[in-house]
Amino acid sequence: MNQIPMSVEELEQMAATIRCDIIEMICTAAAGHPGGSLSATDVVTALYFRMMRVDPQKPDWPDRDRFILSKGHACPVWYAALAERGYFDKSHLGTLRRLNSILQGHPDMNKTPGIDMTAGSLGHGLSVGLGMALSAKLQQKGFHVWIVIGDGESQEGSIWEAAMSAPKWKLDNLTVIMDRNNLQNDFYVDDIMPIEPITDKWRAFGWNVLDIDGHDMAAVVQALETAKAHKNQPTIIIARTIKGKGVSYMENICEWHGKAPSKEQAEIALNEIRRCRSES
Amino acid sequence: MKANQSRSPYQYVRSETLSLLASDELFTAADSLPTRASFAKTIFKLGEQNPRVVVLDADVSKSIGTNKFAEKFPDRSFNFGIAEQNMMAAAAGMATTGLIPFACTYAVFASLRALDMLRNSIHYPKLNVKIAASHSGITPGPDGVTHQGQEDLSIMRSIANSTVIAPADPISTELAVFAAADYEGPVYLSFTRDPVPFIYTENFPFKIGKAVTIRSGKDVTIIANRDLVVQSLMAAEKLAVKGIDTRVIDCHTLKPLDVELVLKAATETGAIVTAENNVIYGGLGSAVAEVLVENHPIPMQRIGVRDTFAESGPYLEVIDKYGLTARHIVAAVETVLKRKQR
Repeated sequence: MNQIPMSVEELEQMAATIRCDIIEMICTAAAGHPGGSLSATDVVTALYFRMMRVDPQKPDWPDRDRFILSKGHACPVWYAALAERGYFDKSHLGTLRRLNSILQGHPDMNKTPGIDMTAGSLGHGLSVGLGMALSAKLQQKGFHVWIVIGDGESQEGSIWEAAMSAPKWKLDNLTVIMDRNNLQNDFYVDDIMPIEPITDKWRAFGWNVLDIDGHDMAAVVQALETAKAHKNQPTIIIARTIKGKGVSYMENICEWHGKAPSKEQAEIALNEIRRCRSES
Repeated sequence: MKANQSRSPYQYVRSETLSLLASDELFTAADSLPTRASFAKTIFKLGEQNPRVVVLDADVSKSIGTNKFAEKFPDRSFNFGIAEQNMMAAAAGMATTGLIPFACTYAVFASLRALDMLRNSIHYPKLNVKIAASHSGITPGPDGVTHQGQEDLSIMRSIANSTVIAPADPISTELAVFAAADYEGPVYLSFTRDPVPFIYTENFPFKIGKAVTIRSGKDVTIIANRDLVVQSLMAAEKLAVKGIDTRVIDCHTLKPLDVELVLKAATETGAIVTAENNVIYGGLGSAVAEVLVENHPIPMQRIGVRDTFAESGPYLEVIDKYGLTARHIVAAVETVLKRKQR
């Protein structure tokens, strides 16, 4: 494997590898959530292979950076990133959602090395991360807390309870990345329950707001670095993404929120991602 | 047999309380304190002893008394405002880093509004969060139904990985809070809003999961928790006058239930009455009934809130109207004894 932290080019290659892992996992499991896993892939890749201070050999290291995938249904991207980073053997990826697997349908911190928080019920992760960030301040620890939330997830009231509270405590050791892929389970987010103007809302709540193309790896890396350096205020990065990114027939198609590709469909998807990887 | 060894059938009950049990003066003459206030005093002591203890509030710190902790330990006190969901999930996050968070609110808000956080972010990952719930049962009389947490014990008992404790008086509350802090994992602590008399001496043997026989007796057993323990003692005195020898067990830990002591009482006394200021479904009565049905079926009656909401009123008047005082327990004992004799 390439050295950590990776360059932008290496991160792009790794993101393609992780996208392939996601497709294979969900196809093998015959169930899962490909759309929101693929949209969050570039952000998660940049975190694990460049930004986060972690040690896969010591997943419980007290001073490690924390990561929470608050939109827990997208856990294939988390599992793939952890496996590629060396937290556990890649062979586990084929056991997703099977009985006795370490890889549950939604993340379980007591079953999977590297999972910092159980997730699945939406609207929890930001509050949990807030608690971790408060602990870091209290215990004078230097770790940073990174949380990926969904755009549909921001319809949960508890997200806004947490949004209100992080600036109160000036939690500059906490960064939220919203995977703004515009789709939720039923349909387009802004048809089901509009969340715009999303940057204005978070700014009004007292956050440092960055607005980026969540698939432009250089922009992702730069935003994460900016967020980490920002003082006295939490940062949210609105990462504009495409649900199903990297697989043409999945992109922006609502039904791929929670549907597994068939073997034939998976083959098409893998070829598209690999072709894209070799071109970059 | 124990009764032969010592004159008093009571154990761990302080003499001032004993002397008032048979009178109607207990609630006015005995020292009393809401168990929420005993919690607040104890968390203050814990804060001095253990730097890992932190307190999370949701705008009722003045009511529960945790504002004193906040004044003494401002760095370890976090007021989330009126946002119980955020508070509970944040407590989970704190627990992952080795802190011992006590998240404080009222029972209705802890066990209902924030239940999803309790289930999915605290109990499922088995995180070391203590949920301190005041206003449990119909103990906030005057506030009315929205603030009467009459379901919290049933709800919390149904959650996997839960430990549920409802102490009877200020002394056992202090011991319960210390025990909860020592226990690794989620604990739900249920407190009263209104004052309850001091029942116990300082040597009360509090251990999570171990119920305590506080009055020996051979004819029937009353198993009670929280604020109905004292009502059960009062009932036992009234029954003694009628020649009925009543055992009373303080079952402060609803979960895990002390199955051994329940079965011992069932075997030795042959009839059981449960008494709880909580809905009749899923709480102490249900837990005891489940054990009896599967192991040693005997006549049993349950005292608890029937399928109804209560109303506003002074605490003692409300719990009397809704069937939770000593006279109702006496009637239940008489009923169960008729069934026992058949």
